[in-house]
Amino acid sequence: MRFVDEFRDPQLAKTLLEQLHQRAGLLPYTADKPLQIMEVCGGHTHAIFKFGLDKLLPPQLEFIHGPGCPVCVLPMGRIDACCEIAAHPEVIFCTFGDALRVPGQHGSLAQARERGADIRVVYSPLDGLRLARENPARQVVFFALGFETTQPVTAVTLQQARRERLTNFSIFCQHISLMPTLRSLLSQDDVRIDAFLAPGHVSMITGAAPYHFINQEFGKPLVISGFEPLDMLQSVLMLVKQVGEASCKTENQYRRVVPEQGNLLAQKAMREVFTLSGSSEWRGLGMIERSGISLTSAYAMFDVERRFSPQAQPVADDPRSRCGEVLTGRCKPHQCPLFGTGCTPHNAFGALMVSSEGACAAWYQYRHQEATIASQPQHKQQQKVSQDE
Amino acid sequence: MNEAKDVVTMAHGSGGRAMQQLIDQLFLRAFDNCWLNQREDGAQLSLASLSAQGDLLAFTTDSYVIDPVFFPGGNIGKLAVCGTANDLAVSGATPGWLSCGFILEEGFPLVELQRIVSLMAQTARDAGMAIVTGDTKVVQRGAADKIFINTAGIGVIPGAVNWSARAIKAGDKVIVSGTLGDHGAAILNLREKLGMDLGVESDCAVLAPMIAPLRSLVGIHALRDATRGGVNAILHEFSAASGFGICIDEQALPVKPAVRGLCELLGLEPLNFANEGKVVAVVAAHAEEAVLMMMRSHPLGEDATTIGVVTQDPQVCLRGTLGVTRQLTLPHAEPLPRIC
Repeated sequence: MRFVDEFRDPQLAKTLLEQLHQRAGLLPYTADKPLQIMEVCGGHTHAIFKFGLDKLLPPQLEFIHGPGCPVCVLPMGRIDACCEIAAHPEVIFCTFGDALRVPGQHGSLAQARERGADIRVVYSPLDGLRLARENPARQVVFFALGFETTQPVTAVTLQQARRERLTNFSIFCQHISLMPTLRSLLSQDDVRIDAFLAPGHVSMITGAAPYHFINQEFGKPLVISGFEPLDMLQSVLMLVKQVGEASCKTENQYRRVVPEQGNLLAQKAMREVFTLSGSSEWRGLGMIERSGISLTSAYAMFDVERRFSPQAQPVADDPRSRCGEVLTGRCKPHQCPLFGTGCTPHNAFGALMVSSEGACAAWYQYRHQEATIASQPQHKQQQKVSQDE
Repeated sequence: MNEAKDVVTMAHGSGGRAMQQLIDQLFLRAFDNCWLNQREDGAQLSLASLSAQGDLLAFTTDSYVIDPVFFPGGNIGKLAVCGTANDLAVSGATPGWLSCGFILEEGFPLVELQRIVSLMAQTARDAGMAIVTGDTKVVQRGAADKIFINTAGIGVIPGAVNWSARAIKAGDKVIVSGTLGDHGAAILNLREKLGMDLGVESDCAVLAPMIAPLRSLVGIHALRDATRGGVNAILHEFSAASGFGICIDEQALPVKPAVRGLCELLGLEPLNFANEGKVVAVVAAHAEEAVLMMMRSHPLGEDATTIGVVTQDPQVCLRGTLGVTRQLTLPHAEPLPRIC
């Protein structure tokens, strides 16, 4: 299949891995203290586990699974607010599929649907707009979440709704911005992330410039990476080269998709519709300054919170859960006391178990049986894998 | 009845004249066979003719609630006949007789019911089966989703055939009869109004003619048709029943490019997609080539291929394109598309 198979070629992967092993061997890092590379995006996390990239890496390198899954970092209270809005009999509540099973304090949207709420899975906010046109007597609400990746299509949808003067369409705006989160992560004292794989989809919109502070202020190299295994291996190699050469810059491996300036049209639509709105709560990470997104005054009429005023429902995470520590590389998913017992994909307790993109969900799906041996030093696991193959 | 405005009414389920007319003009005319035409409460089947065909009676039932009712490659009626016939065929039986129960929603267009019943009749006839007894109920609008069909089927298993998941052994080969996920992809595209020009039809088909010759081979251990849950679910069933594991090779999985593309776009796995005309067979290594040849000689099995092997380690695993093996888990519920 074009644009897929050529980025999964085993022979090319082998060549890249040989180079990676050779380069990584020159790094002053050991298996006990590997070079920690944070893949920010949940899509990368999923690819790492799906293709077993972590098992192919040399022992001097280690992936840290970052906070880049918008479903995972959604606070419980927001889901409760969704359920409250969806319970209004006149409301058709539209959501992306993977938000359907995120647990709130009073259950998930899927459970709210079982109780009778009219909740529908859509593939785009434009599907919500169509529902609003088809159901003029109902109030259609779109649960707008996601990073810069999904903001443009929400923005364009609202521009269309405004042109059509639709009065029965609104959004529950839970969009968030990635860069403040990365700044917050790097500002914490005991977080040791050596380098970043930046998300290709966010970068497709933002371009490369917003990442420069990571190099300039925090001295960490960063590579914008695609999601196929060869993309990721090449990106890791680029990072290792930077580290080996003591250089620190933002590089773009995903040039076939990510223009240097990003998508200017999308940026314009986002500026017209959205504004940064101060602090925002992230599940597992707490409050992060200037990371929340709200509607500009020109689009405030599409804010569902104006129409239904859902109660703010702050809900503390379970104190035993170590989501924040997993997100910042301080521990691995299986080291959380809830992993695989109180927290599974069927009954997610913590943030990262919820979406298939979450680090814990990916670990559970692909590594669950290996959890018992996962506490061994990584180089031993590496040897075992090599023998198996 | 041919006019689009004619719809199912509560009278069609009343037991009165309207119901008799529906049965006479639609069901009896379409299914037309000597057992049904006797119009008794139950079909009267000759025990002598059954026992002449084999030693075991295979008996199965299934219910069909698919949305949408019509899809590329078939409709709910064809699906009901194929599904039940295939459940019999994979147990080694020759499917012979079917029952069918209809639950109709008030307001369902009669012309659509006609299309469904006609295709059911044709599918059954083509596969040498007879629909010999049935039932019709009508429920008020909103109490059901257009039409539900229940079918039960009986067939006879020859004495020499003893296919069972418990017969699976380490070293056996795992074979699929064709491309994975065609039905699931075609339905998802329609149901979710994705509007993709996939060019993929449901693989809905009666597998009995392809499976029948396999009964003469030695070394067939177990067969299943991979419906809901896809091939992944069947592999887990085989593993649980036998106590052995199965390791499949991702690169060996036959998947149409359009189905693979849809899965890549939505973050889903073709292994979890439903099929309605594919069989998964576990066979002794010495029988592998003969099974493949026999399957490929039938149009329904022309893409048959070996996808994996039964292992001692009781896990279902997938060896990926880069050579890394990972455990293959069953999704807890229907997989949901990812946000980005």
